[in-house]
Amino acid sequence: MLTRLDIEVLSLSRGERRLFDGLSFSLSAGETAALTGANGAGKTSLLRAVAGFIRPDAGAIVFHGADGEMEAETAQRSALHLLGHHEGLKPQRTARQELGFQVEWLGGSAEAMDAAVVRLKLSPLLDLETRKLSAGQRRRLSLARLVAAPRALWLLDEPLAPLDEAWRGVAAELMAEHLAGGGMILAAVHDPLPVAARSLDLGDVR
Amino acid sequence: MKAARALFARELSLAWGGGGGPLLACGFLLCLTAILPLAAGGDPRVLAPAASGASWMALALASLLSLERMFERDLEDGALDLLATGPLPLEAVVGIKALAQWLATGLPLAVAAPVAALALGQPPELIGLTGASAALGGLGFAFTGALGAALALGARRGGLLIAVVVLPLFIPPVVFGAGALTRAASGQSPASALALLGAYVLFALVIAPVAGAAAVRNAQG
Repeated sequence: MLTRLDIEVLSLSRGERRLFDGLSFSLSAGETAALTGANGAGKTSLLRAVAGFIRPDAGAIVFHGADGEMEAETAQRSALHLLGHHEGLKPQRTARQELGFQVEWLGGSAEAMDAAVVRLKLSPLLDLETRKLSAGQRRRLSLARLVAAPRALWLLDEPLAPLDEAWRGVAAELMAEHLAGGGMILAAVHDPLPVAARSLDLGDVR
Repeated sequence: MKAARALFARELSLAWGGGGGPLLACGFLLCLTAILPLAAGGDPRVLAPAASGASWMALALASLLSLERMFERDLEDGALDLLATGPLPLEAVVGIKALAQWLATGLPLAVAAPVAALALGQPPELIGLTGASAALGGLGFAFTGALGAALALGARRGGLLIAVVVLPLFIPPVVFGAGALTRAASGQSPASALALLGAYVLFALVIAPVAGAAAVRNAQG
């Protein structure tokens, strides 16, 4: 199980443009970091770098498990969730098919999926094709996947943006439970997160 | 294993769902071979010798049809990120996707190809060999095609690019596959051509997942 994430003097670029230099921070079990910064400051790129999709120019992203350093690839394949702007839902498949696949693929159980469906009140939506879902409903489906397949590190990109007030409350509960269970959250946000979070302004690092 | 099965089932459902891709590919193959007599005339002395070659050419073209769907849509809608954070390495993901492509498109085409060849005047006793060689070649088409689809990721008008990248790579199986049928039609053993076709397929099975995964990683970055 992943217990700590260390970002060590990290530099990231997109194309020719340097996003930030020398970013260092660490995140331990039960902690949340809220990434802020102007559009294009590199919040999403940092999340994608942690997930292993972008190679940093310099510095390192180090994952620590209960018994020492974890290999990055192992951590990325078994210990983190990335929830981005695109939810990866196929428009022609039903919510049940998509959620079922995602949960099974990410290592969750059928029972955990049923519990997540109840929690996020998804049962009336399960037989709809995902193209018929609203942005908020799609986000709820994605949150269900985070809950049903337990993984320690949540990388969230504007997690609350499409949700209404009531569902933001539920999302806040889910995050608090995840943190209480030793999870970690690294979230890119414009609005403040509903859980206690350390703020990390990427505009300052540059 | 559970994850691999889940991905395979998803790929098959995506291939069959919404528009019946495999039937489309078979329809395309039959249309292509139906045009040949209209273009070259209905004389069996002209058509019959070309039947094996024409059906293999149609097979190669029809195999191109659903390649664009393999990775491009997963990249656009973010599903590729999900696949990359799953338990299996991307090499396995590419391999599973290619296998599903073979099952969903390659095998139905291997059923349609003998029909097309027969209609063009190929001797009926070659039906079995045509189907079997098309099924084997289809495995090669699926893996090489997966490689091409991964390479074309992120390019605008990727579908056209896939065709240009992949068609040259489809030449060897067309040569060996059609060669096996031509040899069998003239009473020789098709074994040597089939062995070469098998070698090509093995080569594709080994190279495509590794190279395809590298191309996918590059597109994700």
